[in-house]
Amino acid sequence: MQNTAIQMNNITKSFGSLAANENVNFTVFNGEVHALLGENGAGKSTLMNMLSGIYSPDSGSIFVNGEAVRFSSPKDSIALGIGMIHQHFKLIDVLTAKENIIIGQKGSFFTKGKALSTKIKKLSDEYGLDINPDKKVYDMPVGEKQALEIIKVLYRGANILILDEPTAVLTPQEIKKLFNIIRNMREKGCAIVIITHKLGEVMEISDRITILRRGRSIGTVATKETEVPSLIEMMVGKKVDLSIKKRKSENNEELLVLDEVTVLDGEKKQALKSVSFSLHAGEILGVAGVAKSGQKELCESIAGLVPAEKGRIFFNGENILGKSPGEIIKMGIRMGFIPEDRLGMGLVAGMDIVHNIILKDYQGQKGVFLKRGPCVQKAERIVDSLSILTPSVFTPVKKLSGGNIQKVLLGREIDSDPKVLITAYPVRGLDIGASYKIYDLLGEQKERGAGVLFVGEDLDVLMELCDRVMVLCDGRVTGIVDPDKVTKEDIGLLMTGMSERRRADDQNR
Amino acid sequence: MENFLAAAVAAAMPLLFATLGELITEKAGNLNLGVEGMMYMGAVIGFKAGFETGSPLLAVLGAFAAGAFGAAIYAFLTVALRANQVVTGLTLTIFGTGFAYFVGKGMSGLPAPQVVRDFFMPVSVPGLSGLPLVGKPLFQQSVLTYFGYVLTVALAAYLKKAKAGLNLKAVGENAAAADASGINVMFYKYAHIIAGGGLCGVGGGFMSLVAIPVWQEGLIAGRGWIAVALVIFASWQPVKALLGAFLFGGLSILGFWLQSVGINISQYLVEMIPYIATILIVVVSTRKNRKEDMAPADIGNAYFREER
Repeated sequence: MQNTAIQMNNITKSFGSLAANENVNFTVFNGEVHALLGENGAGKSTLMNMLSGIYSPDSGSIFVNGEAVRFSSPKDSIALGIGMIHQHFKLIDVLTAKENIIIGQKGSFFTKGKALSTKIKKLSDEYGLDINPDKKVYDMPVGEKQALEIIKVLYRGANILILDEPTAVLTPQEIKKLFNIIRNMREKGCAIVIITHKLGEVMEISDRITILRRGRSIGTVATKETEVPSLIEMMVGKKVDLSIKKRKSENNEELLVLDEVTVLDGEKKQALKSVSFSLHAGEILGVAGVAKSGQKELCESIAGLVPAEKGRIFFNGENILGKSPGEIIKMGIRMGFIPEDRLGMGLVAGMDIVHNIILKDYQGQKGVFLKRGPCVQKAERIVDSLSILTPSVFTPVKKLSGGNIQKVLLGREIDSDPKVLITAYPVRGLDIGASYKIYDLLGEQKERGAGVLFVGEDLDVLMELCDRVMVLCDGRVTGIVDPDKVTKEDIGLLMTGMSERRRADDQNR
Repeated sequence: MENFLAAAVAAAMPLLFATLGELITEKAGNLNLGVEGMMYMGAVIGFKAGFETGSPLLAVLGAFAAGAFGAAIYAFLTVALRANQVVTGLTLTIFGTGFAYFVGKGMSGLPAPQVVRDFFMPVSVPGLSGLPLVGKPLFQQSVLTYFGYVLTVALAAYLKKAKAGLNLKAVGENAAAADASGINVMFYKYAHIIAGGGLCGVGGGFMSLVAIPVWQEGLIAGRGWIAVALVIFASWQPVKALLGAFLFGGLSILGFWLQSVGINISQYLVEMIPYIATILIVVVSTRKNRKEDMAPADIGNAYFREER
């Protein structure tokens, strides 16, 4: 029997009427990598936040190294050697790496620069982390920020590490590096919990897996003795078909052409740098890239929401740059952008489905007053065809679940039979079943002859769903590739701009 | 010229104390717009303490305590009860002003006791006061002014070198991250808001005990608001706050000086100068580019650990 690092028994935690965790049991041994698996909202982060002292459980008990503990603040949990690396990094942007490491630490009244740098250097060498102690956090790329978070908890003497979705923002190369660091820590006897919903990674890195579903612990399995389909069944509660049908389309005329488009962001920096590509009818063009590589500006400039500094955008041979968003919508270009906070753009949370549909339709109507009738029918049609779960079409969208909200947004855009459909992160925050429903919808649009621009996060999906994948790095197109002819690692290299020159030959198919 | 500079330095001190007070409050992530009110509370209680006891030390302590008391109310409302910081601060200004007028009702127009006034008279620093041009203006001042210099340097060192100062920055920049790093966010917020309020109180006390050693209504005359703007001007750095206070001290007495050298401009126009300058400064200094010169990022947000 190995040493138990953490044991959580019958943990329950509610936020208002929502039970985020209900009688959850969870045990981690020293020297193992334990994956905590579950869909969005299954209660993974809540459980771990209780372990790091940010939340306190309503009931249940926590044992660390065999002793019952009760945390009243993160300080208590740090003192017991528990370190959490949060999904949204908890770093202070204007401070240096060094300063971020020592905040909250006991010690002499004044800060000691030299000794600290040496200790950080030693730790980073030991675990193969790469970090410059005097660099400000706002100058760091995400990979380095994560390395800093890890050093920060190691510096505090943590031997129980919790990583909340650590790979979400990393390129495949960075993920490989992170996994080496994790294995390194396992060798040294640390207990590591990794929260994720990427199954491939779970199979690769973990020793055991605990699955949560709707706030309950479903079971714990040894990674060697399980397979992906049975994990999914435990996560979702039923069997899910995870194949993406690649549909074929006859039509392939050039619909949308971007020619050397340059766009500035709010801080007058170039967010898009001379971007050129074309989108054909009947294809899904994927857009890959680490977060904030210009995806948002790309979508918005096509939709007419931000002006381009330079360049031209042709739609069916006509330059649409300088046209208002309204005119562009009328031409048949529709956009569905799911921002990180999901409700920020596209829908009005407090309004019902019908009114959210009217929002894009009323301009086409004549007269002073709104005609509600057709919109109600349209809403009902969308709800039916996408099997949106809602009490009625008059329910405010904010009361629907994330997946259903996204279906409303996408349904509204698709219903007008757009010629070009731009979707960014349409499956953000969705459970597996709903995600595949959305992929299928995009496939249908392609089959119908629409050109679909699909900005995505998951490389596996991008490669499976898209006909071509365009890679953005720091606002530039570093390559447009055929996903059947390249590997994930190739795309990863393009995402970091490493192989700029290696543009694939199939740029013009 | 020397006389003008000396008067400018003296006029700068109430602004300096209030600016430093608001500065550490904002570093803790709280915008307290009650500076004017806390200055009034400090002015009246400081004056009353000096008036009743004849002790200059108790007068200053009274001023500090009164400002700290006002800030404690604000801290409880905004930190514990998570009330809106802007509204709470504005309310504190109204409350503080009313409080001062009420307490000072019977003392209107009375001067501070002789012993208190004597204590705060300018004294020369041997050696330094002999420096050309700046010697007399900077180093022939009240003891409370020297305390202001020391405080400026001490706070600058605290923010730059001390671990607690680093933790304070973390709280103001990102309270959730500070908390996750094991910093006691509530303690840091309370301590700095209350100490900051105390300094605002001392700024008010400087008015009623040193600058015009008389209690009168309307004494603070918007200096609290200038202090709020000076914090922005100073990019949240104590030494720059001192320079900003000197500049505004100079502007506020410009009218007297122009008259004394025989230049006749309408007194009303001249009195507008500090306030117009304040507006200009806020407009100009919000166009900053360096991240280090910007407001603490988490300012104005209430922190609640279990918020989702």
